Amino acid sequence: MYPEDRKYSKEHEWIKIEGNIGIIGITHYAQEELGDIVHIDLPELGKEVKQKEVLAVIESVKSASDVYSPVSGKVIEVNEKLREKPELINEDPHNEGWIVKLELSNPEEYNSLLSAAEYKNYIGS
Amino acid sequence: MSYIPHTPSEIEELLSTIGLKSIEDLFSDIPEEIKTKAKENFKIQASNSEIELLEEIKTIAKKNVGKDYISFLGGGAYNHYIPPFVKMVSQFPTFYTSYTPYQPEISQGVLQAIFEYQSLICDLTGMDVANASLYEAGSGIAESALMCIRINNRKEVIISEGLNPEYILTLKTYLKAQDIKVIELPLNKNGETNIELLEKMISNNTSCVILQNPNFFGIIETKLKEMSEIIHKNNALFILSIYPISLGILRPPSEYDVDIVVGEGQSLGIPLAYGGPYLGILATKKDFIRQMPGRIVGETIDLEGKRGFVNTLQTREQHIRRAKATSNICTNEALSAIMAGVYLSLLGKKGLKRVAEICFSRAHFLKDKIEKELNLELSYPNAYFFNEFVVKLPEDSTVILKKLEERKILGGIPLSKFYPDRNKEILIAITEKNSIGEIEYYLKALKEVTKEN
Repeated sequence: MYPEDRKYSKEHEWIKIEGNIGIIGITHYAQEELGDIVHIDLPELGKEVKQKEVLAVIESVKSASDVYSPVSGKVIEVNEKLREKPELINEDPHNEGWIVKLELSNPEEYNSLLSAAEYKNYIGS
Repeated sequence: MSYIPHTPSEIEELLSTIGLKSIEDLFSDIPEEIKTKAKENFKIQASNSEIELLEEIKTIAKKNVGKDYISFLGGGAYNHYIPPFVKMVSQFPTFYTSYTPYQPEISQGVLQAIFEYQSLICDLTGMDVANASLYEAGSGIAESALMCIRINNRKEVIISEGLNPEYILTLKTYLKAQDIKVIELPLNKNGETNIELLEKMISNNTSCVILQNPNFFGIIETKLKEMSEIIHKNNALFILSIYPISLGILRPPSEYDVDIVVGEGQSLGIPLAYGGPYLGILATKKDFIRQMPGRIVGETIDLEGKRGFVNTLQTREQHIRRAKATSNICTNEALSAIMAGVYLSLLGKKGLKRVAEICFSRAHFLKDKIEKELNLELSYPNAYFFNEFVVKLPEDSTVILKKLEERKILGGIPLSKFYPDRNKEILIAITEKNSIGEIEYYLKALKEVTKEN
């Protein structure tokens, strides 16, 4: 369920590194907790975020929740498909439902995140 | 929901939980000096009997002598006729006693009534969506400005000086603490918003431009389309404050590509009252729905496929999203909105047009007579107006208005109330309630009191 090619945050985001780029989404556990996702506010391209700052807002039928950035960096791409099909986050949170690509400004932050095993342990699954 | 007051033992339990000894401790932040003064000045007398209380209220109510006067007051609140049916429906206990639906699923009737109101406002304005209403026009304008700032993240708001001065005050109060610049855009000598100046003032820092039509001086803005183009060329947003009755004969705001329509809804079947409750209309384009403040009622189907209503997009509101809510508005003027909904559905398109036509033609009748028979000058003689216009009097307006008052006429709003240097001008409004007889009586009185000089 939780791929080992990436790391996880306690706020339930995942990040996968490709070179200096981090691909970010929310975890299967998070999407399940949120319920049916109906809308997402995506950040503007070029926006600089620090670790644990708000990256996006996900609205589900029962709540509106912040997505925190697991690392610091600059937004270089957003998943445009989510504007029309936010439910991709429910359907495929770890692949098709990715949210943002960040150019990392402090790659060391990645090391402080949880491994798949640690995250599974954290959520108690 | 029950409204049973706390018992002394409950109060004690509550206090001990938060570590306080008395209720007084809750107010320890207030300086002693103020508390002492308050105790001296606000003495609550022993309770009255029900009979005494009714008598006291009746005595106070008798001071309200507005009904004995013929009114030509406008400036944002208008004395339109309210069909008794509006009052009847609004006094159904199910509407009258319920507040904004916090438990929406069990408030289907109220939700449906609000949904109808929203739909009627969309019909009237030509916009895609309307919210369940705000308090009144002033806060509606402030909320719409904040909405634009959320949409385009710019920090400057341009407002036409034709905007009601009270709305401007409310707007400035809302924006003051938020580091947002408010720039006032003057009118031209014809009383319309100065389009050349708009072109010079607007920039890529401008979040939105707020206009009013008809503007505070009653004037119909004739360059809305051109101004809309200038606004959008600069990627700013266009907010228009409306007087809903005027839309009986004026083009709907959607035809000018307005982004947010706001307005005072009092004219739609809501009685005049000092302090309200009035009704803040807010409608917008579908693209901006998630930045729209307040409540929105949506239509849906339930598990059995039956039509039903819900409070939609609630997740943006503060009871769920707390400090991160879209706006601090978490309620609406449900009863006022229902009254407006009943009024609009009762009049229909034809009725609303008829009301607007009567207001328009009687106002022009009065204006012609004032110019030709009384030889008084209009402040903006070449402007188009709907049911309100500004007249220059030969002496201080408060003196003349006082003399009219002695003749049981409320002759208009002295502009000096808002613009101290305009001490001879008054704003006169006409509605369908001002009969031709009343207008002629007013002309006669105005002639007398202006000739006395």
